[in-house]
Amino acid sequence: MHYGFLTIYWRDMIRFVRFKTLLISALVQPALWMAFFGIAMSANFDRLGSSIPPIPGVPEVQYLTYMAAGVIAMTTLFTSLFGGIVILFDKNWGLMREIMASPLPREQIIFGIALSGMTKSFIQVMIVMAFGLLIGVTFFAGYTIGHTAIALLGILLFVGMFSIGFLFFSAAISISMETPEGLQGIITLLTMPIFFASNALYPVSAFPPVLQAISTVNPLSQLVNGVRYFAIGDNFTTMGIHYVYTTADILLSFTVLVIFTVAMFGVAWWRFKVAVVT
Amino acid sequence: MDPDLSTSIIEVKDLEHQYGDFKAVDGISFTVGRGEIFSFLGPNGAGKSTAINVLITLLKLQKGEARIAGYDVRTEPEKVRESIGIVFQEVTLDRDMTVWEILEFHGRLYGMARADRKKRISEILELVKLEGKKDTFVKKLSGGMKRRLEIGRGLMTRPIVLFLDEPTIGLDPQTRMRMWDYIRAVNEEGTTIFLTTHYMDEADNLSDRISIIDHGKIIASGKPWELKNALGKDLIYLETSDNTRARAVISSLANVSGASEKGKGILITTNDDGTKVLPLLIEEIRNSGISVITVNLKKPSMDDVFVHFTGRELRDDKPEKVSTAFGRR
Repeated sequence: MHYGFLTIYWRDMIRFVRFKTLLISALVQPALWMAFFGIAMSANFDRLGSSIPPIPGVPEVQYLTYMAAGVIAMTTLFTSLFGGIVILFDKNWGLMREIMASPLPREQIIFGIALSGMTKSFIQVMIVMAFGLLIGVTFFAGYTIGHTAIALLGILLFVGMFSIGFLFFSAAISISMETPEGLQGIITLLTMPIFFASNALYPVSAFPPVLQAISTVNPLSQLVNGVRYFAIGDNFTTMGIHYVYTTADILLSFTVLVIFTVAMFGVAWWRFKVAVVT
Repeated sequence: MDPDLSTSIIEVKDLEHQYGDFKAVDGISFTVGRGEIFSFLGPNGAGKSTAINVLITLLKLQKGEARIAGYDVRTEPEKVRESIGIVFQEVTLDRDMTVWEILEFHGRLYGMARADRKKRISEILELVKLEGKKDTFVKKLSGGMKRRLEIGRGLMTRPIVLFLDEPTIGLDPQTRMRMWDYIRAVNEEGTTIFLTTHYMDEADNLSDRISIIDHGKIIASGKPWELKNALGKDLIYLETSDNTRARAVISSLANVSGASEKGKGILITTNDDGTKVLPLLIEEIRNSGISVITVNLKKPSMDDVFVHFTGRELRDDKPEKVSTAFGRR
């Protein structure tokens, strides 16, 4: 096995901790989402939801808890989509030539960037969860320590697979683009449908059929499913909607993420294979 | 180290490279022996960088053959990469990394073992005189130090051949001369050096051999003195009241090997001591009823060699004009 990706990982992590503004914004931003959007929306949704009678025997969760899973997913999405931008900067500043002219196999660059992006996502997710618990998110309610540990691992597994998929994708666009503006444009264009045509912030059951179909295959919805399943449970209601996740549902969601990630690796590998950096 | 020309480190045959319809490199062939300092001299856009990019495997070899350190550039690019060091034309250092991190990263990229990296980094820092700058950020280094660090980085993996693409572009005159000393020192230790430059003095001072390249073709090759000898012993520049007629008059003289109109005067190559030829020339021109306005006598320089072979002067070869090449970071 080739460990060249660790070199790329090492350098990218040096940059991550060195640029304090980058680091702080990466850590504070998701917490801000929770604090402002979460608390504001939760006040509204809970008022609307309170008029619907609860289902006996099914635990009811507050909107804040429901959307915390969405914020985790969103944070991971944004961080991962932008995670490849370092490749574009390196390319524009000529730094990529050192790497491209070295004996390092090109897929190792993709792996290194994916690993560092995943690490950043893990750190952010931990912060969102810690901050969420602090402001009243009821994740892991009634779990034993062992159960909580398994739930955490499950969440990280979903987050990891999802972020690697989008980092491959981001790396593929970055190596193909000429300017950061172009990359920014593409990413902005993509985040809208991915984020809003998903179950991250609201239930999809009231969506029109087309949007519902999109949200069902959307990788972001798969991630949100996984996080809710592990953090909240397999049977709960929120805003009067009954959520039940079977093991098969969750395995399917994970499988979709794996397929997405493998496909994105294919795209990235191809883009790096044909890339000419001089 | 004396070059060993019987062992070729770089062998290039009929190399061509096209961008769309434009032929940037148009059938060049040359060899570089072990321990040589070999230069590509030519104006910007002559095809030097394209040629170097093909040899270092950043561009695909389209047509022709190239072997470096015995490995085929087309079929064994990985082996080629392991055998070479590169200093790119523009600064390719991450300004937010330290000197040590730059070298450590490079060593890791090339798969050097930890102990070897450690040893080699201290050797390199000593070689390029950056011992005290180990933990300094690149952005705090001067232009000359950055260049030295890049040369050091290129040598990190003990390459058989070091490629230098315009190594002193944008540096001030003193720093350039010190850089030449470093390059010579590296060569003394046994590293073969291939460099491209558009500075006449650089090619002249550093190289064992030079190939003059223009419009993608090699138009002359040889040791600096051989190239200069092609222009005869001395160069005489005359401005007269009638250059065209004066040229006809002196062309027939036995000691004149060539005469061409250049700028406002005539450039004359001689095959005898210029100090003796000059009075004869002036006498002949005066006898023809033409007056001589200014006179200049000098040994041929690389500039003259270039003009001689290409029929024109180097385009934009003034350092101040190209210094912006460093401006992008």
